[in-house]
Amino acid sequence: MTNPVIFWLIALVVIVSGLMVVLLKNIVHSALFLVVTFVGVSATYVLLQADFLAAVQILVYAGAVSILLVFGVMLTVRGDIKSSNLFNRHKLSGGVVALALFLIVERIILKTEWVLSKNPAPESTVGPIAEAMLTKFVIPFEVAAILLLVAMVGAILLAKGEGKPQ
Amino acid sequence: MELVMSLSIEILTAILATGLLIIGLVTPKDQRRGIGYLTTAGLLGILGATLFMNNVDKTLLDGMYIIDPYSTFFKQLFLLAAILVSVGSYDYIRRLGYNQGEYFSLLVYATLGMMILASAGDLITLYLGLELMTITFFILTAYRKKDAKSSEAGIKYVILGAMSSAVLLYGLSLIYGATGTTVIKDIAAALQQDIQPIMLLGTIFVLVGFGFKISAVPFHMWSPDIYEGAPTPVTGFLAVASKAAGFAAMIRLFIIALPALQSYWVVIVMVLAAFTVLFGNFVAIPQTNIKRLLAYSSIAQAGYLLFGLVAYSALGVAAILFHSILYVFANLGAFIVVIAFGNHTGSDEIKDYSGLARRSPLMAAVMLLSLLSLAGIPPLAGFVSKFYLFTSIIDKGYFWLAFVGIGMSMVSVYYYLVVVKVMYMGEPPEDSEPIKLPVSIQAALYVTMFITVFFGIYPSPLTNVALSVAKAFFPF
Repeated sequence: MTNPVIFWLIALVVIVSGLMVVLLKNIVHSALFLVVTFVGVSATYVLLQADFLAAVQILVYAGAVSILLVFGVMLTVRGDIKSSNLFNRHKLSGGVVALALFLIVERIILKTEWVLSKNPAPESTVGPIAEAMLTKFVIPFEVAAILLLVAMVGAILLAKGEGKPQ
Repeated sequence: MELVMSLSIEILTAILATGLLIIGLVTPKDQRRGIGYLTTAGLLGILGATLFMNNVDKTLLDGMYIIDPYSTFFKQLFLLAAILVSVGSYDYIRRLGYNQGEYFSLLVYATLGMMILASAGDLITLYLGLELMTITFFILTAYRKKDAKSSEAGIKYVILGAMSSAVLLYGLSLIYGATGTTVIKDIAAALQQDIQPIMLLGTIFVLVGFGFKISAVPFHMWSPDIYEGAPTPVTGFLAVASKAAGFAAMIRLFIIALPALQSYWVVIVMVLAAFTVLFGNFVAIPQTNIKRLLAYSSIAQAGYLLFGLVAYSALGVAAILFHSILYVFANLGAFIVVIAFGNHTGSDEIKDYSGLARRSPLMAAVMLLSLLSLAGIPPLAGFVSKFYLFTSIIDKGYFWLAFVGIGMSMVSVYYYLVVVKVMYMGEPPEDSEPIKLPVSIQAALYVTMFITVFFGIYPSPLTNVALSVAKAFFPF
């Protein structure tokens, strides 16, 4: 059993950096804090003994997604980068709603008796995932493949510009 | 092998979509007109194949995927809608002048997403089917690249769609956390002992997520803008099939997985239904754009469909099935008229429909019958299906809700008749000429008109099918 202190430290890092993503005015800084959030989440995966998932989280999210995000920002943002992540006028009402939602969710989570899994952690975390994907979860797996194809076709279609006759 | 046979409909659809994509890339630009015809033919073929699946009742991979009469009914509904939309799209897409193969391919991929949604037996499959459908619609909505409204609609749909997916996903994860399973029938089994407060939270989040997808008030704010901005055939498909797919998954999840929480969610669904019917009908009144009018009317229709879920009975489910399939024909009839009119005049404003009856009697007649069917005027099909919906809730004693529904149906007659008045009483513009329709559009219009009238006069074949499907589906 790992020390709960470690969990709370990681949770603190995730929450603070998550807030920073939303609250900072410079969108590149937001993107960098997003990397911290992703790494924090992958640390919780390690605590849950899902080490493969943690590695994938770092590779895909911290590595690829956030870098793409930064590139996207650099290629599109014009004007002053210091105020690229703008607020609208509903800062206060948004805060109140978020706080109210947090209080409700927190009350309910604390009132719930959670059932903890008694099964021992699996020896290997890679093989069983692969096996599940190609047996029980084969349909969602294939659907995800089609989904990615569609998303790629769509991205090309929309980014290509006008289809002028050659 | 048995798995592949059971999944034949989905596999055929995937092959058709991918084939269209490839054919679209290899045919020369001036010969792509045939791709539309090929789409319709392919979809008709698949619809024919589903007829052999009517009595199949199978659960695949430990409940991950369910092929039962209920899902087959919805698949046929999606295919019918896709066929009508593809017929309506020929000229529209040819005018656009680019990416015809991709358009039709995406249309079929969206249909595939809906099929998976209707058949999903676990939460992960359900979510992926939903995303396949929604992401395809993001692309289709933004398809008119020169049109700022279409791009705006696309962006709005991406942002709001992503947010609603996040809410839905959070709800699904809470349900998984509380029950320890993602398989819908196992969730129901896990909930038999005791219900934790967290399940309520999960149910509410899931309800909100689906509320977005079926555009129930107060989660409807995306739909009028997106319906107006999207290419008209896509709007039609979005209003009809995507909504029905949302219902298909929602009904399965709430009735099969969460019967233990029925006393809680029924109250929320009831309030949502009442608000949706009230708001959708009242706000439709001042609309001047036909696409926005149909958008608000489709919000109202979602409210009526929710009545069937409130009823929580085999009759309620049957009424939803019956109403949604007639809604396909009535609404797509109206949308095909809007598409053809837009192709001819470039306008979607109701005032431009002035004197349509003299320019094209067929278009005006189909519009009239479709709108009256949506309003629920006898002897059209919409009357019968609304009658079943209201009966199903009166059976359970929700008289006030039935009164709201009936009262609002009266209100809806007003704004539908405003369009009819413009078409029949108005003078056509001076320089106008009769509108000539392509044969394909004419055929589609005659089919929708025939079905709207036929099942209004003689509904029993379809109601019997809907009832037997619903009885097999409803567990108690």
